[in-house]
Amino acid sequence: MKKNQIWDHVILLVGVFFMVSPVVLTLMTSTHDAITVYKEGVQFLPGGKFLENYETVLFQAGGFTKEVDGFVMLKNSMILGLGFAIGKIIISMLAAYAIVYFRFPMASLCFWIIFATLLLPLEVRILPSYEIVQQLGMVNTYSGLIVPLIASATGTFFFRQFFLSVPDELLEAARIDGAGPWKFFKDILVPLSQTMIAAIFIIMFVFGWNQYLWPTLMTTDESLFTLVRGIKQILQVWVGAQIPAFNEAMALAILAIVPPVLIVVIFQSWFVKGLVESDK
Amino acid sequence: MKKVQFKSPLLPYLLLLPQLAIVTIFFLWPAAEAVRSSFYLEDPFGFGSTFVGIDNFTDTLTSSDYGRVARFTAVFTFFVTFLSLGIALLLAVKADKVIRGASSYKTLLMWVYAVAPPVAGLIGVLLFDQHVGPIVDFFAMFGWQMQIGVNYFDTSFAMIVTSVWKQIPVNFIFFLSGLQGISKSVQEAASIDCRSGMRRFWTVTFPLLAPTGFFLLIINITYAFFDTFGIIDVMVKGEPGNNPVTLVYKVYLDGFRGNDLGGSSAQSVILMALVFILTIIQFRLIERRVHYT
Repeated sequence: MKKNQIWDHVILLVGVFFMVSPVVLTLMTSTHDAITVYKEGVQFLPGGKFLENYETVLFQAGGFTKEVDGFVMLKNSMILGLGFAIGKIIISMLAAYAIVYFRFPMASLCFWIIFATLLLPLEVRILPSYEIVQQLGMVNTYSGLIVPLIASATGTFFFRQFFLSVPDELLEAARIDGAGPWKFFKDILVPLSQTMIAAIFIIMFVFGWNQYLWPTLMTTDESLFTLVRGIKQILQVWVGAQIPAFNEAMALAILAIVPPVLIVVIFQSWFVKGLVESDK
Repeated sequence: MKKVQFKSPLLPYLLLLPQLAIVTIFFLWPAAEAVRSSFYLEDPFGFGSTFVGIDNFTDTLTSSDYGRVARFTAVFTFFVTFLSLGIALLLAVKADKVIRGASSYKTLLMWVYAVAPPVAGLIGVLLFDQHVGPIVDFFAMFGWQMQIGVNYFDTSFAMIVTSVWKQIPVNFIFFLSGLQGISKSVQEAASIDCRSGMRRFWTVTFPLLAPTGFFLLIINITYAFFDTFGIIDVMVKGEPGNNPVTLVYKVYLDGFRGNDLGGSSAQSVILMALVFILTIIQFRLIERRVHYT
C-alpha cells in the first residue's frame, strides 16, 4: 500500500514537472540579458535583468512602426477579454431567457438558428467573415474585434441549460405576486444565476484574451494589437536581429500568460464548475 | 421547455434581437458566402468571378498538396488526441487517489488551460530552438540532431508535443470531475470483489468514465483541427514552405496569402461538412449519455 502511494506521487510529480517547467524556463529566460541567452541557451535560474527587461517590454515602443509597447497591448487584451466576456453574457442571457421563458411563434426556429453556430467554428468561415467585416468598415476597430466573436452560441446554450434547471414554482410564485417578465428576470433570475455568470465570465474572459486568428486578421494597426496577437509580429522583429532578443520575447509571453492564469487559479472552483457544466 | 411561460407579443423578439442580428451578420452570411464562392473562380485582381461548378472541389481534393496536408492533419489529430487523453487520464486517476497534496496537484496540473495557443507555440519555439533550446540539447545526447523548421519530422514532433501540453489541462479537469462523480459505494463494492487495482480500473472505473471519454474525444479532435492554429502559425514562423501544416492552416494560407478565394472556400466547405458530422455525433452521444447512479 505504502509503496503504491509513492508511485502515485512520482507520476503526479512527473506530470507537474511536464506542465510547469516550460513556463518556469520561460520566466527564468526572461530575466537574463540577450547575450547570455544567446551564448548559454535557455536559463534555468533567475538572472538579474528582471526589471530592465520588463520595463523595456512594457514601456519601450517596438514592432515595425515603433508605436506600440507592451502596456498598450496589455490594455487591448483587457478590452478584448472584458468586452467579449461582458457582451457575450448579456446577449446570451437575454436570448436564453426569451427561449426558455416565453411562448411565441417561431421560437424553435430562432433556437435552431442560434444553435447552428455551435456547428461551425470561426476558423472554417474565416475568409468570408473577414470580407464581410471589411465591407462593414469594422477592420481596425474594437467592435470589429469583439462583436463577430460573440456570434457563437456557447453562452446561450449554457444559460439555457441553467434556466431549464430553475424550478417552475419560482415563476408561478412570482406571477401570483404580480411580477412581470422584466421584474422576474431582474429580481429573481439574475440573482439566482450569479455563480453561473461568474463561471462563464472566467471562461469567456480567458477565451477572449487568448484569441489569435481573428485579431491577426482584424488588426493591422499596431496600436490595436493585443498581447497574443502582437507576439508573432514582435518575435519576427526581435528574433530576426543578429542576437535574437529571446529574453524580451519571453517577457512578453509571460505578460500574456499571467492575467488569465491568475484568474483561473484564483477562481478555480467557479472556473472548473463552469467548464464542466457548460460543455455537457 | 417550461410548463409555465410568459406570453408577450413583442418582448421575446426584442430579447432575441441582439443575438439573432450578430448570428445573421457574422455567421449565416459568411457561411452562405463561403458556400457560394466555393462554386466560383474569383479573378485574383478583383475583376468579377466565373461560375465553375464543382471544379474547386475536384481541384482541391485531387491536388497532391491537399492530400499531403490532409494526411498530416490525420496523423497530427491522432497523436494529439491519443496522447493528451491518455496522459490526462493517468494523471486524473492518480490525483483522484492521493490524499496528501491533492488540491495542489490539481491546481498545478490545470492552470496551463489559460495559456494561449500561440504563446504555447512561442514557448515551444524557445525550448526547441536549435541554438538555445534545452530539449534539442537533451535529444542530442541520444544522437538525435533536431532541426525544427527545417526537418519535416522534427517540426511535427515539436508541434505535437506543444499541442499535447496545451490540451492536457482540459482533459484532466473533465476526467477528474468524472472520477469524482463515481459513487463511493460502487468503488467500495469493487474493492471488496477485486484486489487488483489495475483490473478494478479497467473493469469498473474505465467503463464508468466512458461517456466523459467519448465527449472528450470529440472536443480533442475539434481542438487538434482548429484551436492548434496559433501553435502552428508561430512554430512554422510564417514560412510554411515544406513545414507540416493542418487543413485549417491551409484554408488560411490559400485564402489570405495565395489569394485563391474559390479554392479556400471549397476547403472551408469541406471542413464545415466534417465539423457538422462531428457535432451530430457529439449531440447523439450527449443524448445517449449513460448515467450510472
